[in-house]
Amino acid sequence: MFKVTIDNQQVDVEEGTTILQAARMIGGKVVPPAMCYYSKLRGSGGKCRTCLVKVAQSSAKDPRPMPKLVASCSTPVQDGMVVQNLTSPEVVEARKAIVEFLLLNHPLDCPVCDQAGECDLQDLSFRYGMEETGSEEDRREFPVTDIGDKIKLHMNRCILCYRCVYTADQLTDKRLHGVLYRGDVSEIGTFIQQAVTNNFSGNMIDVCPVGALTDKTFRFKSRVWFLNPMNAHRDCPSCSGNVTAWMFGNEIYRVTGRKNQYGELEEFICNECRFEKKDPGDWVIEGPRHIKRQSVISANHYERMKKQSVIKPIEGIMEDPE
Amino acid sequence: MLNRYIMEQGNIVNHKLFVKEGKTVAFSPEVLGKIQQLILRYPEGQQKSALLPILHIAQEELGGYLSVDVMDYVAGLLGIQPIEVYEVATFYSMFYLDKMGHYVIEVCRTGPCAISGGEMIMEHLRHSLGISPGETTPDGLFTLKEVECLGSCGTGPVMQVNTGYYEHLTPGRVDKILDDLRENANKDKPDDSTWVEKFC
Amino acid sequence: MGGKILLAGIEIPGIRGFDVYRANGGYAAVEKALREMTPAQVNAEVTRSGLRGRGGAGFPTGLKWSFLDRKSDKPRYLICNADESEPGTFKDRYLMHHLPHRLIEGLIISSFALGVKTCYIYIRGEFKYLVGVLEKAIAEAHHHGYLGEHILKTDFSLNIYVHPGAGAYICGEETALLESLEGKRGNPRIKPPFPAFKGLYGCPTVVNNVETLATVGPIIGMGGEEYSKLGKGKSTGTKLISACGNINNPGVYEIELGLPVEDFIYAPEYCNGIANDKYLKAVIPGGSSVPILPADLILSTAKGEKRLMSYESLSEGDFLTGTMLGSGGFIVFDEDACIVRNTWNLAHFYRHESCGQCSPCREGTGWMEKVLYKIEHGQGKMSDIDLLVRISKNIEGNTICPLGDAAAWPVASAIRHFRHEFEEHVLHPAEVLEKERRLSASFAV
Repeated sequence: MFKVTIDNQQVDVEEGTTILQAARMIGGKVVPPAMCYYSKLRGSGGKCRTCLVKVAQSSAKDPRPMPKLVASCSTPVQDGMVVQNLTSPEVVEARKAIVEFLLLNHPLDCPVCDQAGECDLQDLSFRYGMEETGSEEDRREFPVTDIGDKIKLHMNRCILCYRCVYTADQLTDKRLHGVLYRGDVSEIGTFIQQAVTNNFSGNMIDVCPVGALTDKTFRFKSRVWFLNPMNAHRDCPSCSGNVTAWMFGNEIYRVTGRKNQYGELEEFICNECRFEKKDPGDWVIEGPRHIKRQSVISANHYERMKKQSVIKPIEGIMEDPE
Repeated sequence: MLNRYIMEQGNIVNHKLFVKEGKTVAFSPEVLGKIQQLILRYPEGQQKSALLPILHIAQEELGGYLSVDVMDYVAGLLGIQPIEVYEVATFYSMFYLDKMGHYVIEVCRTGPCAISGGEMIMEHLRHSLGISPGETTPDGLFTLKEVECLGSCGTGPVMQVNTGYYEHLTPGRVDKILDDLRENANKDKPDDSTWVEKFC
Repeated sequence: MGGKILLAGIEIPGIRGFDVYRANGGYAAVEKALREMTPAQVNAEVTRSGLRGRGGAGFPTGLKWSFLDRKSDKPRYLICNADESEPGTFKDRYLMHHLPHRLIEGLIISSFALGVKTCYIYIRGEFKYLVGVLEKAIAEAHHHGYLGEHILKTDFSLNIYVHPGAGAYICGEETALLESLEGKRGNPRIKPPFPAFKGLYGCPTVVNNVETLATVGPIIGMGGEEYSKLGKGKSTGTKLISACGNINNPGVYEIELGLPVEDFIYAPEYCNGIANDKYLKAVIPGGSSVPILPADLILSTAKGEKRLMSYESLSEGDFLTGTMLGSGGFIVFDEDACIVRNTWNLAHFYRHESCGQCSPCREGTGWMEKVLYKIEHGQGKMSDIDLLVRISKNIEGNTICPLGDAAAWPVASAIRHFRHEFEEHVLHPAEVLEKERRLSASFAV
């Protein structure tokens, strides 16, 4: 077991663990944000650079700091490593810069984007972004295209995390889309007109950290924070059938996989569950999913706050509009 | 229109969707035999390594550019998915995705060539051919392209016509080269040996 | 030895062919290594020679070889990096064109030292004519028993193959090169793992520059000790410098490291001074990625010492007043050259060559190019200059591979040393543009 210290908190981890995984074991604020890394996709990570951290001490044997910031998602820990995330001003500065780069050509069309409210880039900008940018240049624009009859691709919003490509590579036997061209005009695409039809292709929507890939059966139907995410399951011949059903009253507006606290799918689900089964009678509804307090969705009071004691003391201070 | 790398009008990037025409394309048995030899240069199971050399040969033998049919054919030869070929073909600047002129004139625009008159050469070519970079002359003879460093900085300005280098360019020399090229257009290609011969 | 080591014999007619090369002492080093030495001894000689990577980073070659995972039972690979695409650099092309057998010789000895059975030369696709030259040299070496099975009747076997790239500067980065060699897009890999452990096809791999590998032959021939006496301090031996720009004699020169920069620029046997009797304004001494220095700082260091052509002397003063030897692409600018235009030109290059994989480089290179374009074309603002400094700082060190740094350094250094030119472009755009138009027209005659 290796001992590693991240933002002054120590944890014992197995050899081969990355800094990011170690940080997730500690949890809370020491966890660096990750836009491209996805624990369930082999080879992912290292690209977005939002998870950069400072290694103040490489290991117990070699106490020198590493000369550059490193991507925590792809750097394995050493015994006695000391890592700084939020405690390093350098890291905070770099992260601000990365957010600026990611937003440089991002259309900021959140008001009409289906991902708004559950978008990793939105959360990231809120936490680390600057209020203004130095850029006055026009943003790069791509036409909107379809990837298959159920998936819309807004290349403008894409941050090229490669997650959807890895998903297609690792979940299906025949990948039809990929990363084309290079540099700042590289794009996700199929190159020729063709539909991605694989039964697991819908998972691309769930792994996408931004609103680049969206569910055409749900587009513009509702903002996500008006919906109640419910755990549901069904007997599915091709996947586990464990999903999140996003409901408004008794209607199912959309179906997604179940995501953990880092926004990663617990299990990949099939397209039939995702796109075809919108009738509540198809599902056994288990009950509401836990939602982070910070989430926009929680503003809709969908989940009863458990600790009344927290609310009580401030009740008196709040102004009564009546 | 040149869409090899960037087809940018203002800031709108429009990489067009390509069409599979469904034409039958194939190497001659002789070339095919050589390609089999080429694949053997790489360890078993790593035949994808031969992709770049084969694409060079395909571009030369099968029409001067990589059409969707050609790329699908190459994917079939190597037993890989077509998208893997598309990803590679769009990444590298030497692969053309659209029909090109008989001669592709690539003028170096980078630093050392620029300070020794490269920009002037480009202007001159624009004028004498009557086309902008990325375009082909109506007779289909010349395609003009602006490229980055060709590794000939001490002998600049430089341009590459198909695969031959022309160095120490002056407007006068460029005119002479264009005349020669026009005259020899019906004869063999300017470079006497092909990728097929070079690799096999 | 007449000063020339790597380029020795280049003036002999027919040296490109095997017979003439052999008759002039070629392949003697291969025989010495294979017959009289063990791989460990060859490694030790290379370490002793103090040879440093000639591709740009200047990392000690012996040390790099020592990292190779020798415990693994997988095959090992040696890759010769001939993807020479750095603006200002054309030395490898010259070497391969004139002395292909010197490279083959170096590859045989290096492969012997590293226990490699298959070696690939990754050459940039634009150098198609060189593929034929190298393939011919390889065939000749095969024919004479220096390649193939049981070389010189020893147990050592080796095959060398030439593999062309297809137009991507990024493939000069070693892990991008490996990806490209595997038939993929040239996206640099995330490190660790390093190629010495997981390189080509996941096997232990060494990637070295053409010049580095070609130098191994002469080192074995003369002995590492003898080689290390050449040069100055930790910059041992000789180095090819490709000189271009506004000088009288552009070309490739083999110099002993430690030669004063002033001599290199003005001596008749090298650059022979600035063309058209103009004054020296600035130099980029190691390929377009390294910081540009103004005339006074390239000729002498900030401390007032003579600046020498060596790894240490050129980086004296770090990036504040120094630069790097890099790949040896020596670009000279005369008094009329516009630094802003050149910086924009290079920024355009890096934007075009960024692979687009990581966000700081993909977005940052494009942003810098757009801002520089505005300044150069008379639409800049004063605040744009500081903005450029900020962007370059944000890219530097935050990317997957060194291309981010390579794109940031030229911009940062140009503003550091020539800020007044940027300001002039902002304040008096019309006059500056007119001057450039006149200069450009002067090439027409």
